[in-house]
Amino acid sequence: MQNHPVYTDNDPQTELSTLNLGPTHPATHGVFQNVLQLDGERIVSGVSTIGYIHRAFEKIAEHRPFYQITPLTDRLNYCSSPINNMGWHMTVEKLLGIETPKRVDYLRIIIMELARIADHLICNSVLAVDTGAATGFFYVMEYREAIYEIYEEVCGSRLTTNIGRIGGFERNFNAIAFRKLRKFLKEYPVVLKEFENLTKRNRIFIDRTKDVAAVTAEDAISYSWSGPILRATGVDYDVRAMNPYCSYEEFDFEVPVGENGDVYSRYLVRQEEMWQSLRLIEQALVKLEKEPTDIFHADVPDFYLPPKEDVYNNMEALIYHFKIVMGEIPTPNTEVYHSVEGGNGELGFYLVNDGGRSPYRLHFRRPSFINYQMYAPMSRGMLLSDAIINMSSLNVIAGELDA
Amino acid sequence: MGKLTNEDLVKKISEKYSDQVTLLGEPFGLPTFETSRDQIIDLLTWLKNDPSLQFIYLTDITAIHYPELPKPIGVIYHLHSLVNNVRIRIKVFLEDADVHIPTATNIWNGANWMERETYDLFGVIFDGHPDLRRILNVDDMTAFPMRKEFPLEDPNRVDKKDYFFGR
Repeated sequence: MQNHPVYTDNDPQTELSTLNLGPTHPATHGVFQNVLQLDGERIVSGVSTIGYIHRAFEKIAEHRPFYQITPLTDRLNYCSSPINNMGWHMTVEKLLGIETPKRVDYLRIIIMELARIADHLICNSVLAVDTGAATGFFYVMEYREAIYEIYEEVCGSRLTTNIGRIGGFERNFNAIAFRKLRKFLKEYPVVLKEFENLTKRNRIFIDRTKDVAAVTAEDAISYSWSGPILRATGVDYDVRAMNPYCSYEEFDFEVPVGENGDVYSRYLVRQEEMWQSLRLIEQALVKLEKEPTDIFHADVPDFYLPPKEDVYNNMEALIYHFKIVMGEIPTPNTEVYHSVEGGNGELGFYLVNDGGRSPYRLHFRRPSFINYQMYAPMSRGMLLSDAIINMSSLNVIAGELDA
Repeated sequence: MGKLTNEDLVKKISEKYSDQVTLLGEPFGLPTFETSRDQIIDLLTWLKNDPSLQFIYLTDITAIHYPELPKPIGVIYHLHSLVNNVRIRIKVFLEDADVHIPTATNIWNGANWMERETYDLFGVIFDGHPDLRRILNVDDMTAFPMRKEFPLEDPNRVDKKDYFFGR
């Protein structure tokens, strides 16, 4: 692996040219810089530079109470922020020993799987755009909007959601949310199928993606890959199946795996995961019917902020409100690692607590950061246009890369 | 899956390493060990290659800073045995004057950026690392910002009083 950029413009012995791909380049969908050495159109070596949007979340988190860290997690993988939010809530719940009611788990699964669909939908449709097929993007993008409208009904915001609270949700799902969800479940499969028809057996798409950037399972594991791109190499590691959280063990779903880890396999895996996510949401809706409709958070007054009308009119609620905001509730002095299956892979939260109101140390295991480090070594020998497609299919999100 | 329990793992490690690797506890079912930096590469290699353990997946490398301890910098490894579905956490504590630890990049390629990040944020020097440069922060930065003495905000700022906010 070539580690330092070698500027050979004036070197008479080689004909290599240096290309700065990024930090802002329309083809890279984010702030990524790669200094590439090109022999014609073929990449000889590359060096990735990251950190352009490093915001020191781990440092900030050491100075924030637990519930104020949720908005920081939004900004990791902002294509599927609800998964990050829920992952963080579940980490804190694990630390504090909070048992969430089943209905909360099912509602969370609905939101997390919607987020997964939104994430994969963008990745796959943008991959198609990068191969020259812009039509499919416009078909499915409308349904990302539909997903965002469901978030909006639940939490009020769309992209950086800050959805849910420690112990459950800040408010119950309203009837409009369920109506929009059912509408989405009815309409989206048709559109997804149409998108699949456009791309899956499209000769041009296959020619551009098949056998491009193929990775072996051994390499993928050695580079600690996780998520769809690891499964595309044939390794069926999915946190939802391996270390079930949030009642995933009650659900019937499959973990799709690919064959040879190329861009096309990654596309297929993501496509199939969207179908599986739809299945999970359908099952969650059926399970919800048996649950009482008024429960949307666990009974943990020590950590769940009471409703404002109670704070104004009820002494006990006022005390709890005060204690939560001032951080006067003791927490266990221990450490916890919890991971969820994010849009891009194993999103882990390593939380070391010293008993105070904010973490002593919080580390995010960010799948994009870990997945992206193979990008430069694997680009060697690749055509520049293939490297662009490879980057799309890795679905590296700048927010998650830099934290 | 599920062939190896945490008790088996603890027993196996204590048989092989007796007093060189100590069990710190099992918070939330994740066995946590402490070892010395002389042992760490040997231990990681053995954990990865032993046929009954197979901790082939490096989940994470990070560090922590306890300024008041004699060995303030802790490097923390999380490994995952995909075959047995068992996770393990290993800690190595280092003295402030000598924050060197051998690199794990010869065992896992993925350790490269994780170690660079740990170096960037904590100043842990991974001996033998092929390319130990800063990764998230600018190259000419002199401090290691995740250490506890590094302030979150500019200490000369006067428009914001931390004590108003309980900080």
